[in-house]
Amino acid sequence: MAAAGTCGTGTRSTGSMVAAASTNNVTSFQRRGPRASGADSGCSRLVSIAGTRPSVRNGQLLVSTGLPALDQLLGGGLAVGTVLLIEEDKYNIYSPLLFKYFLAEGIVSGHALLVASAKEDPADILQKLPAPLIDDSYKKECDEDVCSHKMEPDIKMKIAWRYQLLPKMEAGPVSSSRFGHYYDISKRIPQELIETSKWHGFFLPEKISSAFNVESCSLTPGYMKLLQFIQNIIYKEGFDGSNPQKKQKNILRIGIQNLGSPLWGDDICCTENCDTSHSLTKFLYILRGLLRTSLSACIITMPTHLIQNKAVIARVTNLSDTVVGLESFIGSEKETNPLYKDYHGLIHIRQIPRLNNLIYDISDVKDLAFKLKKKLFTIEHLQEGGLDL
Amino acid sequence: MFPELNNFNTTRAEQGKLTLLCDAKTDGSFLVHHFLSFYLKANCKVCFVALVQSFSHYNMVGQKLGVSLTTARERGQLVVLEGLKSAVDIFFRPREEPHPLQFLREANAGDLQPLYAFVRDTLEPVDCGEAAWRCPVLLVDDLSVLLSLGVGPVAVLDFVHYCRATVCREWKGNVVALVHDSGDAEDKESDVLLNGLSHQSHLILRVEGLATGFCKDVHGQLRILWRRPLQPTTPRDRSLTYQYKIQDKSVSFFAKGMSPAVL
Repeated sequence: MAAAGTCGTGTRSTGSMVAAASTNNVTSFQRRGPRASGADSGCSRLVSIAGTRPSVRNGQLLVSTGLPALDQLLGGGLAVGTVLLIEEDKYNIYSPLLFKYFLAEGIVSGHALLVASAKEDPADILQKLPAPLIDDSYKKECDEDVCSHKMEPDIKMKIAWRYQLLPKMEAGPVSSSRFGHYYDISKRIPQELIETSKWHGFFLPEKISSAFNVESCSLTPGYMKLLQFIQNIIYKEGFDGSNPQKKQKNILRIGIQNLGSPLWGDDICCTENCDTSHSLTKFLYILRGLLRTSLSACIITMPTHLIQNKAVIARVTNLSDTVVGLESFIGSEKETNPLYKDYHGLIHIRQIPRLNNLIYDISDVKDLAFKLKKKLFTIEHLQEGGLDL
Repeated sequence: MFPELNNFNTTRAEQGKLTLLCDAKTDGSFLVHHFLSFYLKANCKVCFVALVQSFSHYNMVGQKLGVSLTTARERGQLVVLEGLKSAVDIFFRPREEPHPLQFLREANAGDLQPLYAFVRDTLEPVDCGEAAWRCPVLLVDDLSVLLSLGVGPVAVLDFVHYCRATVCREWKGNVVALVHDSGDAEDKESDVLLNGLSHQSHLILRVEGLATGFCKDVHGQLRILWRRPLQPTTPRDRSLTYQYKIQDKSVSFFAKGMSPAVL
């Protein structure tokens, strides 16, 4: 498979990789584990974490964003240790969907979650996540197990214990070792899945209500507390390799909603020249530093259309790794344009990082539109031809 | 290093030069990798202020270009200041001892004096008999991040000035720095920094995206501008323009409109 190919090319670098591993802890960009014996056993270490897969291009560990179409546009998935910045659409209708897909994917893959919001209680956000979609094609993969287990619903499953958690009326179980699942937005995620998942919530009004001492740093208190919270979780749960985890290594998925909005105490969206103009960029820099040295991936939604100072948007883009912008047609003149009549908005892939490489995976297709159907959020190429323009 | 870029006489054995790498609407970091591998292969002592990516990123790309950064670091030829890792250390484990990036701790716009002190201590030529490296080189990736972290453009210009005075003039070394051109984003601080540096530098390599947009075969355009030629007889301000395509292990350059895909 493709991963074996990439493993082979790196044989010369094993020695230096091991040397590098001893000096700095766990950077997610190192190949996991030196290759002890043949090629096949070596690469199995890379995929030892559920819900991840190595990139075809350079063995970089990837996680799914929850939308297989978006994964494909980003070159296979979101790299562990990087930030995905979603520039919100004007009325914040579609960006929460991407946010929820990311978190739902984390729950289904068994990753740990960290949800931060200034507007909504993280527990409520988790309740509203979409349910994983059962596809008929999955049945072929796990046919025998399903049939036998359907017959005797009371038998306790030892190996496929996750299947037991799903309600029995589903057509077939969702295999959690797959990369990238489909979700049904019209249904809520089953309560059992939330309860078995490990999640941490950061709700700004709760954390900031106690009297805080103004730190001497130039970050706003909200960002400061959030950074400390994230660092605390990473350190305590051992995502940065500091406490050798006895159990299986896991990925931490961090989701931060509406970063930069006035609810976070930052007035970058309110005035053009604000005092805290460096707060947001400093926060992003330190956050990226935290992510690079731990097994985590982060999604941030930001209302960039509210930021008055265009220079800040450019700086924020430079400080993030992957940037995706959503532009919805609601209320704009494009709503009546026949070219866009089947779609709800455009999706712009503004930036893709070059990680460990001079080149990066960029799709040739630049005109991408999204559509929110009753159950699914789909991303499509804008169709040409057959237009009365 | 990219052999084709070397052929443009950008990196002769001239010393005491400030080279400015500038990118507009595209990613110019491949130039940073080029200069890093070039100077390491040329046996120079390099101080690399890596503010944008982690060390392993540069290491992996360096290996594709034929240099091993870890070996260079162990030999003492290369000193790397990792911005991302240091930021986490400074922010969460505050210690009282000075750190080159300690302006991150401060609330007001800091100054880069500690960073300059770090560069000076690293590149100071040591008069011992062992493997003497060739000229010292300071490589910064990139200076625009300092603006995002709250340092004013004048402070960054001061820092570059100090480095130039010490590294270029006193020790006959080279300084290479990458700056982003914000274009029409009206970033006044970035413009001040870019204009100030363009005025001071001997060689400017400006990378731009194509005006017509994205193209699979031509990734952008590179303009090389020589300012302040060292010999008074050569014509002032010579410039060349090339288009380039980035590949897995190298970058190919060709004259405008002469992309192999088009011909």
